[in-house]
Parts: sequence; C-alpha cells; structure tokens
Amino acid sequence: MNPAMSFLDSIFVNLKLWTLNLIGHFLPGWAVILASIVISGVVILCLGPVIMMYLTLLERKVVGRMQNRYGPNRVGPWGLLQPIADGIKMFTKEDIVPTNADKVIHLLAPIVIVVPALMVFLVVPFGRDMTAADLSIGVLYFIAVSSVTTLPIFMGSWASRNKYSMIGGMRTAAQMISYEVPMTLAVVPVIMMSQSLSTASIVNAQEGLRWFVFTPWGLAGFVIFFICTVAECNRPPFDLPEAESELVAGFHTEYSGMKFALFYMAEYMNAFTLSAIAVTLFLGGWQGPFLPSWVWFFTKTFALIFAMIWFRATFPRFRVDQLMGIAWKLLLPLTLVNMLVAGLWYFIPGITGWVGAAVILAVSFLGLTALNKPVIPEKRVYLLEN
Amino acid sequence: MDILNFGIKVGIYALMAGTLVLAVGVVTLRNLFHSALCLAATLIGTAALYLVFHAEFLAAVQILLYVGAVVTVIIFAIMLTEHIAERSVAQRNRQSLPALLGILVLIAVTGRILLKTPWAVNPATVGARVTVADLGAALMGTYVFPFELVSVILIAALIGAVIVAKKEKSS
Amino acid sequence: MIIPLPHVLLFSLALFGIGAYGVLTRRNIIGILISIELMLNAAGINLIAFSKTTALAPETGQIFAVFVIAIAAMTATVGLAIVLALYRARKTVFADEVNLLKW
Repeated sequence: MNPAMSFLDSIFVNLKLWTLNLIGHFLPGWAVILASIVISGVVILCLGPVIMMYLTLLERKVVGRMQNRYGPNRVGPWGLLQPIADGIKMFTKEDIVPTNADKVIHLLAPIVIVVPALMVFLVVPFGRDMTAADLSIGVLYFIAVSSVTTLPIFMGSWASRNKYSMIGGMRTAAQMISYEVPMTLAVVPVIMMSQSLSTASIVNAQEGLRWFVFTPWGLAGFVIFFICTVAECNRPPFDLPEAESELVAGFHTEYSGMKFALFYMAEYMNAFTLSAIAVTLFLGGWQGPFLPSWVWFFTKTFALIFAMIWFRATFPRFRVDQLMGIAWKLLLPLTLVNMLVAGLWYFIPGITGWVGAAVILAVSFLGLTALNKPVIPEKRVYLLEN
Repeated sequence: MDILNFGIKVGIYALMAGTLVLAVGVVTLRNLFHSALCLAATLIGTAALYLVFHAEFLAAVQILLYVGAVVTVIIFAIMLTEHIAERSVAQRNRQSLPALLGILVLIAVTGRILLKTPWAVNPATVGARVTVADLGAALMGTYVFPFELVSVILIAALIGAVIVAKKEKSS
Repeated sequence: MIIPLPHVLLFSLALFGIGAYGVLTRRNIIGILISIELMLNAAGINLIAFSKTTALAPETGQIFAVFVIAIAAMTATVGLAIVLALYRARKTVFADEVNLLKW
C-alpha cells in the first residue's frame, strides 16, 4: 500500500488521536478517556441520522428510476437537499395523540425505538481500527440489542388503541421472533470459523480475498442472513407489519410529525446497521484491494442496501402463512444443515470438502423446497351481517 | 483515577436502586402491559449489573432471551387476553398485607444472615476473566450432562407448549 | 470486586422479595408469571456474584445462570400456553377463578 493510500486509510483514526493528544496537554488522564468516549459517541450520533436522511433520498431516487420516473429533483442540485426539506416538514407538522391512547407509552415508543438502533452502531467496524467499541462479544451484542426493537414496536401498537396498529404489532412480534432464530443460527458458522465474537477479529479472519461468502457455507449463510435482515427491518417483501394496503400503516398508524419521523429513522438506521453487519460477517467487512478500508466498507454496505431497495421495487408482499413457513420450514433447517456443513468443510481440507459441502447444501435446499409444498388456503366466504 | 472509580461506584448503586424501583412497579402496577414493560426495564438493569461482574456473555444472553423473547411472548399473551384483564376488577387478592409482612420478615432475617456471614472471597476468582471460549469449554466438558438435560427439557417444553396451545379440532 | 458482595446479595434478596410479593398477591396468571421471572432473575444475579467472588472455578456460576435463563424461557412458554388454553376454555385469566378441582 503506498503512503498516500495508507494516509487516506487511517485519516479518521489519526484525526481522533490528534484531537486526544491536543486535549491531553490540558486535562488529566481520566478526562482524556472520557473525551475519547465522547468523540466516538458524537460521531456515531451524527452518523446515524445523516445516513438515515440520505438513505431516504437514495431509496426514493432508486425506486423512482426503477419505476421509470425521476424521483425527487427539485430541492437543491439533484434533489440533494430533499431530506432537509422533509425534516423541516416533519418538525412543523401537528403532533396528534388519539384520545384513548395510553399517552405516556405512546410518547415513549418512538424514543425507545431509536436507542437500540443507535446502540448497534457501536460494534460496526467502519474501517481499519474504526470500530467505536471492539467488544469481545461484538456479534452477540449486536443480535441482543437489535432484538430489543420488538418492544417499542409493541409499545407503539398497543398504546395507539387502534385495531390496525394492534394487528401490525402482533404481526411484528410473530415475524421478528421467527426471523431472529435463523438469523442468529446463520451467524454461528462465521463464529466457528473465525473463533471469535468480536466484529474486528471476524473481519481480520477474512484477510485478503478469503471472504466467507466465497465458501459454500458462507454463501448459504449470507443468503439466509440477508433474507432475515430484510425481514427484521420490516422491508418489502416482508413488510407485513406495516402493509399499507391492508393495515393503513401498521404499528405507526397513529403517529404523526416528529414521532413518525423517529420510527422512520430507526427503520432506516436498522437497515443500514443490518447491512453493515452482513458485510462484516460474510463480505469481508472493510477488507479489499487498492481502495481505503472505509471506502470498501461503505461501498459494500450500500450495495446491500441497493439490493434491499431493489427487492422493494421487484417483489410483491408475502402472505402471513408463507412468511412464517419460510422462516420455520425452510430457513431454520437450512441453517442447521449449514452449521454441520461448515464443520465438514473445516475438517476436510481441499476440493473434497468444498464439493462435499456444496453438494450437501444443494441437496438439502432442494429437498426442503420439495417438502414445502405451496399451501393454498381454503376458500373463505364472508357473509355480511343482516 | 479516583474520580472515575467513585463515579462508577455511584453509577452502580444508582443502577441497583433504579432496578428495584422498576421491580416494585412490576408487581404493583394495575395495568399488566405497564408491568411487563417494567419487567423488561428491570431485566435490562440486571443485564447491566452482569456487566459490572464482567459477565458480558451472560448480559447479552439475558437481553437476547429475556427482553427479546420472554417479554415479547408475555406481551403477546397480555394482548390476547387483554379485554378481560382491562375490566375494572380487583387485580390483587386479599393476601396483600400478610404477604407483605411475611416477605418483610424473610428479607430482614435473610439480610441479617447475609451481612453476618464471613464470605470467603477467592482471590483467584476475583481476578479471573471468563471468556466465551471458557464458558463453551466448560459447557461441553464439565457440565455436559446438565447441558444435555436442559436441551431435553427445552424440547419437551417446545412440544408441550405447541400441544397445549393448539386449537382443538371443533366438531 | 468494585462493590462489596453483601450489597449485591441484599439487592438480589430485595428483588426476590418483590417477586415473591407479586406471586402471592397477583390474581392474573400472567402477572404471577411475570413475578416469577423477577425471582428467577434474582437467583441469576446471586449466581453471577458468587461466581465472581467465592466460587472455586469462575465459570461455574455463569453456566448455571445460563441454565436459569433457559428454564425461565421454558416456564414462560409453557405457562403462557397453559394460560391461553385456559382462556380459550374458561374465558378467565384469574388464578382464583380456576377452582373447578378445588375441594
């Protein structure tokens, strides 16, 4: 790596070290530790909302192009100031609380939902030495914290006292709990191979071009993880909790103004962090030739986000029973097979293990799809009363 | 470093006090949904306390399993049975006073015993850092029998729950 | 150990007491289950505190705390399944109204 590249590569790390050195001249040791925490925290707190703002723009632009229109292009050059206009609009809207709502919880839900969404940024390795907190239980921390997201959604749906909100909340609970299981199990092979839960060491284990996605178990794990990711952040085709054609807006039907914006923010930040963790676990994180590490990281993450947006423009929504069927009858057994296959791949080196693993995965996938016959629900006739 | 240490100490005691207040909320709030939310907050507080004892793995498992799964299932059940619980009926039985007295006696006696016992602190354990790898090795080595037992019970619970909650075929 | 062991034990004792009070006084079965979770949690804190201070092997307490969490998850699932079955059959979730077999 030439000097210019390595300068660019560590520009943010050096910037922080330089600032801390500057502070160290005036303040005692404990203040420097605090300052280090504060700097990382502030960067993350700013990064989250900014990413969310431009993800909304990206989504509207990309979906617009896919639907043969331009997308927002009036505010600023190429519509780049559109998110700010949206933000001002959200701030100035009237805040409506339903009469029968549980006021305190109705207020708490959108605040609480942002907390885990911001907290998971802690373990995301944005680049070489650019993890805010390299926890020894990084991946587990990520899974644990993001599993809390179900609760505020429940709070919002229950406190609204609205049947659409309620149904949305119920669907969320069922969906998120179901998809958490294959998601967690899909991570297990990665932990087995890198022998660590820390996100930074998982990236280090994929040094060079030995990304986990290039192995049979890694590919299967990545696909399963990515499907679960899409389901976890309630994006189409898994957007049953907020299916607008059935439930108005699902659990955030009764939210307006800034509270609605907070739900929206959490959703987009979750989409970003989940993609970032998928990149970290399977696509080599910030590893990559030529370019600075953080450029690689953001390129891969935005590629995954682009795929999510592409899903939204392409696939119709699932039915509830199909949704549950995919999680429990297809993805869960496949992740279990995948764990065994990963062990096999590890202990049989060379081409034999590679081909064997691929064959076992392919056979089990075909077998499972053959076993899962499409269910045609019985025809129901709804009689109007009187 | 003294200021930092003192700050951490105060933080821990504040955490414990807050957790206890939330726990009181769990058992006294009339609205079950609120008390389930208090339970979630109490569990998060305990998870934070686990971090104080350097049990990071357990803290994560606590949040993942309790807050992510158990509380969600409890709230699910509350929502399904809600309109009965919402009626303006008594939420507690007539044993409140005897229960309170009995528990105060229990706490007083046990607390006194706790404070009087000379705890044999093992310095080797205090310094040890238990990694996830250590836990895994112990789980697969020394404690493999209880581990297998728990997995059998888990399967039994899974099947049992499905059978109990399954809708019977209406004739 | 940053804080003395008896303080932690007192804390978990208080948590256990609060949980026990809830179990004894709540009428709603789900409320009782919630209180039981509190009591199990208190046991978990004790296990962790002992594993950090007095245990011979530092990982023992943590492993048994994992078992406690697993058992708690089971109680929740099976208990709530029973509650739902009860609700479907007898349209009640109050423990003192389920007295069909009471002598």
